Order: sequence, then C-alpha cells, then structure tokens
Amino acid sequence: MKRVVVTGLGAVTPIGNSIQAYLEGLQRGTSGAAPITHFDATNFKTTFACEVKGLDAAASVDKRELRRMDDFTIYGMVSTAEAMADSGIDTEAIDADRAGVIWGSGIGGLKTLEKEIEDFITGNGMPRYNPFMIPKMISDIAAGLISIRYGFRGVNFATVSACASASHAIGTAFDYIRLGRQDIVITGGSEAAVSKAGIGGFNAMKALSTRNDDYLTASRPFDADRDGFVLGEGAGTLILEELEHAQKRGATIYAELVGAGATGDAHHITAPHPEGLGAGNVMRMAMADAGLAPEDIDYINVHGTSTPLGDIAEVKAIQKVFGEHAYNLNISSTKSMTGHLLGAAGAIEAIAGILAIQHQFVPPTINHFTDDPELDSKLNFTFNEAQQRQVRAVLSNTFGFGGHNSSVIFKKFED
Amino acid sequence: MSSIAERVKKIIVDKLGVDESEVNPDANFTNDLGADSLDTVELIMEFEKEFDIAIPDEQAEEIQTVGQAVSYLESQVEG
Repeated sequence: MKRVVVTGLGAVTPIGNSIQAYLEGLQRGTSGAAPITHFDATNFKTTFACEVKGLDAAASVDKRELRRMDDFTIYGMVSTAEAMADSGIDTEAIDADRAGVIWGSGIGGLKTLEKEIEDFITGNGMPRYNPFMIPKMISDIAAGLISIRYGFRGVNFATVSACASASHAIGTAFDYIRLGRQDIVITGGSEAAVSKAGIGGFNAMKALSTRNDDYLTASRPFDADRDGFVLGEGAGTLILEELEHAQKRGATIYAELVGAGATGDAHHITAPHPEGLGAGNVMRMAMADAGLAPEDIDYINVHGTSTPLGDIAEVKAIQKVFGEHAYNLNISSTKSMTGHLLGAAGAIEAIAGILAIQHQFVPPTINHFTDDPELDSKLNFTFNEAQQRQVRAVLSNTFGFGGHNSSVIFKKFED
Repeated sequence: MSSIAERVKKIIVDKLGVDESEVNPDANFTNDLGADSLDTVELIMEFEKEFDIAIPDEQAEEIQTVGQAVSYLESQVEG
C-alpha cells in the first residue's frame, strides 16, 4: 500500500482562526469559552459556548459566495483556504481527477434550517422558503463547495457520524490514497451548531455544562466536578497526499498518517459503553493497522468531552489497551480549551496531534482543580500546562452519539 | 418611504452582491448580474416579501431585467 502524508493544515477554532493562532492557544492553555453572541441565550440553561471569534471570512471566500453558505461551510472554506495555501499545491499542475474531498460534519447547516422554519412559523402562512435553504443546510455541501473552489474532480462526499464525523473523513481519505485511488484528498470537518436548537437540544439531554458563572473553566475533562461539555464550533483541514506525489513536488511534510480504526459500540444511542468496549477496540484496531505496539504511542488526544460517564469509560479503555505503558503516555483533552466541535472535533484534534509531533510538546487539559477518585491518579493527563516531551506517534480518539468510534494515528515522518 | 425602484435596487444589491452602479434598468439578472436559477427564484421571493404580494410563476418568468421587475411591481403595488 501507498504511504500517506500530511502536507497542509488549516484551522478555524474558538481559540484561534489560523494554525499559528491555534498552536499558540494550545501552548498557552487558552479557554475559548465566552457568553453566547449568536443568539439571545438568556432563557437557556447554558448561556456560554466556544464560538469562533472575529473571523474575516471575506478575506478568503468570495463575498457573493458567502451569502449562499451556512457558517459550517464558511468555516470549512476558510480553514481549507489556509491549508491549500500552506500545501503549495498548484491546482493547474495536478491530475484533478485524482484529487478529492472527504469532509465531515455532524449536523450541517442547523442555523440555516432553524431560521427558515422560524420565518415560516412567524410569517403569514405563505411558504416562502429560500431556494438556498436546502443547498445551504445539507451536511455534504461543504465537500461539494470545496471541490468547486479548487476544481478537484476526484472522490467527493461527506461523512456523518456525529462527533466522530471528521475523524471518519480522515480515516476514509487515508484509504483512498493508500489504495492508490487518489493522489490528494482535502479532508477534515466543520460544524456551526451554536444556535437555539443546538444549545436547547443538548441542554435537554443534560449533555452541556451549565457553569454559567464560571464559563472559562467549564470544560474540565477528568476533573471531579465536570458537569458536561461546552459546545464549540469551527473547522479543521488536512491535506493528505500520497508520499511520492508529495516528494516529487517538494512539499513540506508535517507527519505521516499511519493507522485508522472504526468500530461501533452497539450499546446505546447516546451513552458510551460503560467499560469503553468500542473505544478500546477502535484504539487496538488503529494500532494494528499502523503496525504499532502500545509502547510506540507517546500521546493520546482523547475524546474526553468533560461528561461524567464518557471520560471514565475512555480512561478505562486506555488502561485496558495500554496496560503499564498507560503511565508513560501523555493523555490530554484539548476540548478543555476549544470546547466540543462535534463533527469538526476529529479534525482540529488530529491537527493538535500533528502540531504536537511537529513542535514536540503535548497540549494541556486545562481547568483541572480536583482529582476524580474514580480515575487513576498515576496517569498523566497533562493537567493545566503544556508539557515538552518527545512525541513520535499520536493517537487521536473521537466517539459519536450512535456509538460510532474512530481513531487515527499520526507519526513523525521518516523517509 | 423610498420609491419602488430604490427598494428593488436595494434587494438586488443585497442578494446578488453586485455594485449599485451595475443595477440599471436594462441589466439582465442572469446575463449582466451573474444570477443563476436559484438566485432568480430568491429575488422574486424577496420582492414578494418586500411588497407583500404573490407573484404567479408565469409572471415571474417574464421578469428578467431590473426594469421589468420595477414596472411589474409598480403595476401591482399602490405607490
């Protein structure tokens, strides 16, 4: 099989709207939480979120195109513009039939749908749905628009597996390239669900933190007092490329994608398997795919959403899979900083892993105050401050409602 | 209250993202202002909302330029 490398990165996150800004946020341990500005959240149980702030979308997307796009697509277009520029790919010089897009979004254009329905309900009864409503809201549209922008005529579709969507996109893109079907795939994911229905829906599930009086520290994975996740939004783009194709054009290689796994819990619509069965299986599968042993992994960027049950199940799975080596690992949840980007989480967290390899550090799990007695305190959760260490290989986990589990492994590139 | 022509121009500038100077009476939505089929449907819908009228599909198909839109709307709306 072909080898697959990462040759371009782009990010739009609650802690920074470029790779450089995101990296600095991860190194500093910045919280992206703030009071919600996208709508009036006064009556909601949760009044804060990790929103994207100060994005100048018009700098990278045509103004006329912008109004036809939901925010989830706009975020993806902006992060992809950064990644494509970063990759140095000359779209005129490549075989466009062998260049594709596989893009994840858990929900798609929720805000667009919400607004159109509201307009109808509060209107005079005449159905005046906007002709752009459907093409703006469908979850696959970001994949389509990215391909139109760059003229990529190869594989093109979206992955939808809730919070695992972007990770599944990356794992699938990996397959297309290593099987020799594509030379380049733009992959990652985007989400923009900080809306009335998004916050209201997750509130109803009791999934969100309600720490309104101390929102900056609300996302506290593995802390004894964690009370749910903090909703985030944004996008992450990875340019995956077949190794020889990348070398031939003299591309900068950030890391090698060496393994992917995908499993199902077959247990419950939203609750994780209590023993982390699917989570353990997916980590094992990814390592077997990569031909790596547990000892080869230095850092696990966990799903770790800061929910009471999910964090424990994932740690149980890690201890089962990694045994004694679990104590040598760095474990961290960057959701403590970015919040939970749902279908985009797997993208920005894979990027956090690649940046860890590139800069030889582990981003922290911020907002740690009190140890959870149910978690083994000998594990290194990288609490509160980034740590310098040798990072050769990184495992990134994402799990979605429905019991979808996806893991990918990136390794320092060695020719 | 601004004139019908001004209100129409504002909608076109807003929805098609074109410059105000391009919106002259002869400008064809598709050929001159770059609208595609979904844009033209949206424009008609915005005119309906703005002037609180219903434009039948047969009439909508006849409205292809800025001038045609203005004169149709003037005929339907009491100034």
